[in-house]
Amino acid sequence: MSEEYVLQLQHIRKEYPGVVALKDVTLELKKGEILALIGENGAGKSTLIKCCSGAVIPTSGKIVVNGKEFTSMTPQLAAENGIAIIYQEFNNVKELSAAENLFLGRPIRKGIIVDKKAMEEEAAKAFDQLHIKINPKTLMKNLTVGYQQMVEIAKAIQQNAKILIMDEPSAPLTSAEVESMFAVVERLRKEGISIIYISHRLEEIYRLSDRILVMRDGEYVKTLITKDSQVQELIQLMVGRELTETYPPRSDCIDENDVVLELKNVTGNGDKDISLKLHKGEILGLGGLVGAGRTELAEMIFGAAAKQSGQMIFKGKEINPKSPREAIDLGIALVPEDRKRHGAMLGISIKNNINMPIYERNSTLSVINSKLEMQIAEKYRDSMAIKTPTLHQLVKNLSGGNQQKVILGRWLAADSELIIFDEPTRGIDIGAKYEIYKLMNDLVEKEGKALLMISSEMEELMGMSDRIIVLAEGEKTGELEKGEFSQETIMAYASAANIEEG
Amino acid sequence: MKENKIAYQLKDKAIWVVFVVLVLAFTIANPRFINPNNLFMMIRQVSFYGIASIGMTFVILLGDIDLSTGTIISFVNIICAYFMVNMGMPMLVAIILTLAISTLIGVLNGFMVSTIGIPALIATFATQTAFLGLTYIICGGLPINGFTESFKVIGQAYVWIIPVPVIIMALCFALGSFILNKTYFGRYFYAVGGNVEAAKLSGIRVNRIKYLVFALSGFFAGLAGLVILSRTNSGMANAGDGYEFDVITCVVLGGVSVTGGYGKMSGVVAGTFIIGALKNGMVLMNINSYVQNIVMGVVLALAVGFDCIQKRKQAN
Repeated sequence: MSEEYVLQLQHIRKEYPGVVALKDVTLELKKGEILALIGENGAGKSTLIKCCSGAVIPTSGKIVVNGKEFTSMTPQLAAENGIAIIYQEFNNVKELSAAENLFLGRPIRKGIIVDKKAMEEEAAKAFDQLHIKINPKTLMKNLTVGYQQMVEIAKAIQQNAKILIMDEPSAPLTSAEVESMFAVVERLRKEGISIIYISHRLEEIYRLSDRILVMRDGEYVKTLITKDSQVQELIQLMVGRELTETYPPRSDCIDENDVVLELKNVTGNGDKDISLKLHKGEILGLGGLVGAGRTELAEMIFGAAAKQSGQMIFKGKEINPKSPREAIDLGIALVPEDRKRHGAMLGISIKNNINMPIYERNSTLSVINSKLEMQIAEKYRDSMAIKTPTLHQLVKNLSGGNQQKVILGRWLAADSELIIFDEPTRGIDIGAKYEIYKLMNDLVEKEGKALLMISSEMEELMGMSDRIIVLAEGEKTGELEKGEFSQETIMAYASAANIEEG
Repeated sequence: MKENKIAYQLKDKAIWVVFVVLVLAFTIANPRFINPNNLFMMIRQVSFYGIASIGMTFVILLGDIDLSTGTIISFVNIICAYFMVNMGMPMLVAIILTLAISTLIGVLNGFMVSTIGIPALIATFATQTAFLGLTYIICGGLPINGFTESFKVIGQAYVWIIPVPVIIMALCFALGSFILNKTYFGRYFYAVGGNVEAAKLSGIRVNRIKYLVFALSGFFAGLAGLVILSRTNSGMANAGDGYEFDVITCVVLGGVSVTGGYGKMSGVVAGTFIIGALKNGMVLMNINSYVQNIVMGVVLALAVGFDCIQKRKQAN
């Protein structure tokens, strides 16, 4: 049976402290086929392919390449066995030519001198073989993203790769570039190269792949023959988990007459023509896949990125925040996704973190009112139930959940009326999650805040939102009222942006 | 986590232990070291570094560096002397004008770093070189002498038995400590140095803070320059040669993290005294000045190395 498969991942399991990233995943790749690998964000696709490249060492399981068994790979072993990965981020040097990039790290030499001419000739051959028109002398920085990707593919083939793993190859490309990439991929298949193709775009998967492997929550779900499968079935397999988590109940507190934030055809920062309304006392969920443009939208509202056109109306007035400072003073807050990099100031005390946005307000001639500073910190420690022996504790010594509470306290202290949550419970353990949800409920119920919640966790999105807006590739693709929530509909909006046309 | 906190606290205290050990060692090597006359000479010497180190502390807290300190001291020496002697300006006017100009040089650094985006190392290096050239053009390489008696007060007089420069230094350290601990600017320095992105998203206008910090660094360097001018009673174009090195060493030795975000004024006071004791002690022991340079280089590398090891331990 191993004759038929060029690559087999058998019962791969990967554990991180406290988390199981992959549970018993098996993948089999035939010679000359395109196997699509699909799943939601966090389904474990990236971890799985990193096991093939050697970037991740599986806890248990076997990797069989052309009949040779390995318990784990190294980048070198992977290359020796003909496995190449085309990542979303290219490994190229912009100031070198296409030919030099093709031979990066293993230049053709005459003695100690790099033989540019030979490299250019070889590169021309490699490009011709794939029917790509690239002048080997062109500097990488002068090539479009599509051509840069082609150089990456040519490099893999030139290094004798027989198994090509492509991680979201179409994501950075324009539609014309996607067509040329497809042509190259088809040609490679004809030449007997096996391809694992990861993509969120179902349309592409139906066009290219022979078989589809679906993953969900780190588990293998099913492998389908592409031509015998239906889109609906695929979506169900991707999202079809049972909703087990419970969410704290919330009474209806939406004030339909009080629109806190309205966006009218907002364009910019990668988003196109987005309109939405958010009311007082409402939690509006913003769903979509990673890279759909949700964080980008939040950045525009918060003044961290510029808007090109459209209108943002906050509490009845048009706003155009040029910096987070302006947005904060208007009453807008952002709880960022990457808590450690963008949210908490880890080396600084809880007290100072909570007061940071309001120091200027609470200072006379730039001298801080330290009594008020302490009172505010105490108030929000109590209302957020931050567990700490002292407010002088550095934030880095707190748990993820408590760090998140400090950031929340900070924005409540700043009197924010609109709070944008970007992945509010990422990296927070289950118990603390429930507490964060309760706090979010309190914010809308008791404090009358308006919340915009970006979440990639389907359950959280459906469990916490009053309404859900779904984005895909920078555009709004759907809006759902509470009664219409279903995993399948959200997933269809999030991934099938082009499928109706396709 | 907890151990690291203890380690940091130990580091804060350990620095004073180093100072005491150093004083004892030099006293044993040469009893003249502990002689009050020598000690006063030492702390007066220390005061020049101390005054300039306030601004440098702020700059390094932000994770930046200011290499123009030495040049600003030289420049201030020449222009203040020029204002008073060649242009006949009243002393007070000359002093205020000089301090304003040194602050403006800092603003220029801030402009290059913050608005243009030149790395601080290069921007202040450019300032260092350009203004040194300007200094020599103004004085033609010659010293400028002939100040009024009242100008000497700043650098040479005593209040009771304490030299005026020492009093100025004490006031500056108090002011620096006040800015760091009591004003919102101080909070911002730590926030920006610790995590620029989070600081921006908390509403801190990082660009303005950089301007402020470099301007303050220029101001304190200017003040140090004035005190030195009064002390030597002669405006010299090489007055500040190499001062940036000593000042940076004082600050880093005092436990201010070169990557920014951590440090205390009290530590810098200790760092400054250690450098002062070290320099003075080495002179008393007749150590060759080239060897002194080696020692100073090693001290800087050790201080930064200690900080880096600490950081790496924390990261793991």
